Amino acid sequence: MSTKTLYIEQQIWDYLQEVTDPEIPVLNIIEMGIARGVSIEGDKVTVFITPTYSGCPAMDAIEKMVKEKLVEKGVSNFDVKLDFSQTWTTDWMTDEAKIKLKDFGIAPPEKTTSEEDFLKSISGTKIVPCPLCDSFETELQSQFGSTACKAQYFCNSCHQPFEHFKCI
Amino acid sequence: MSTDTLTTQKAFLKYLLRLADDRLILGQRVSEWCGHGPVLEEDLALANIALDLIGHSSALYAYAAQIEDKGHDDDYFAYFRDDYEFTNLQLCELPKGDFGFTIARHFLFSSFSYYQYELLKNAKDEQFRGMINKHLKEIKYHLRHSRDWVLRLGDGTEESHERIQNAFDEVWMYVDELFYTDDVDEIMIASGNGADVNSFKDDWKKFVEDTLTEATLTIPDWDQYMISGSRNGMHTEHLGLILTQLQFLRRSHPEADWK
Ligand SMILES: [Zn+2]
Repeated sequence: MSTKTLYIEQQIWDYLQEVTDPEIPVLNIIEMGIARGVSIEGDKVTVFITPTYSGCPAMDAIEKMVKEKLVEKGVSNFDVKLDFSQTWTTDWMTDEAKIKLKDFGIAPPEKTTSEEDFLKSISGTKIVPCPLCDSFETELQSQFGSTACKAQYFCNSCHQPFEHFKCI
Repeated sequence: MSTDTLTTQKAFLKYLLRLADDRLILGQRVSEWCGHGPVLEEDLALANIALDLIGHSSALYAYAAQIEDKGHDDDYFAYFRDDYEFTNLQLCELPKGDFGFTIARHFLFSSFSYYQYELLKNAKDEQFRGMINKHLKEIKYHLRHSRDWVLRLGDGTEESHERIQNAFDEVWMYVDELFYTDDVDEIMIASGNGADVNSFKDDWKKFVEDTLTEATLTIPDWDQYMISGSRNGMHTEHLGLILTQLQFLRRSHPEADWK
């Protein structure tokens, strides 16, 4: 790969850093693990993005925002492609992203565990600490929150509802 | 060789359409709860589940179009086929009923899907496998959600118990079709991309029975009369109605675009 290509690729990643998740404005799409790759062929730029949840209504918006960002930065020959070959997981979120999530008031996902015995563990609920007061006295209210990726919890210590970004 | 020999390609197409049709029709049904959920949390949960299911169908249809190789896309399969061309289970097209009915149906469907996808997640075809693994993660949430509610309603008040029991009694005659198989399944299993549903039938039944028992519900009779035929295009009158709602806009303005 030529130095020029490397330079352009780095620049594209910098631009992508400016595209934030429409549902979680404190995170950009790299931190979210949505932007998966950049490839440069000649002067053609291809950006690969992976959907988080199948029904995620933000994907169209994200694709559009990436395109707009590239246009804004003067990139004219580009393509944004959806990459379905890998399965998005919250493990792709950076540690920095998880801290930002917590500061934003959303309990971040912990590391995923293998779910070989999913049916045996199906009735267990896991403990999610409150992102506001760090109390462990919390309870699950609904598996689904304002978006498919979040569950709703209530903190019995500070009496505040909060959302938990589910591990997937 | 006759012209309608079922090739591997045709079997794959049919297989994908069966999976996708189930999810599109059930997703559309579940979406009817949006704005009508019994409590806000459930309104959100059901709307999210509906979105997941429609998302799954869209990915499966898009891949079906690729396998078919006739220049169609996902929208074609969803909007431009008639009822007899849909191969979804009748279980998926039944009206949403009360909350108990929606939950009972979803519990049966998502637990079946869980077992089925656990086999399909090792499919040979890379793109298909990728899709299945993604969808499986979400199915687990759907199953957890519906199972929790079966327990809460069954072991809840007198009224909730009665309603969820009625729901299971009512939906029972549609469950046998989950295990319908024909030459499409045979070819898919032989090519390493199909799930042998009968291999987990007993495990699934036991899981369902255990859950119903824990919910203090009576297990309906597995040997009662069961309907059949939907994998070959036989449907209840409910499918036509749901398709009119689903397809009307697109068919009236076939060239319409969001942009
Ligand atoms: Zn708290």
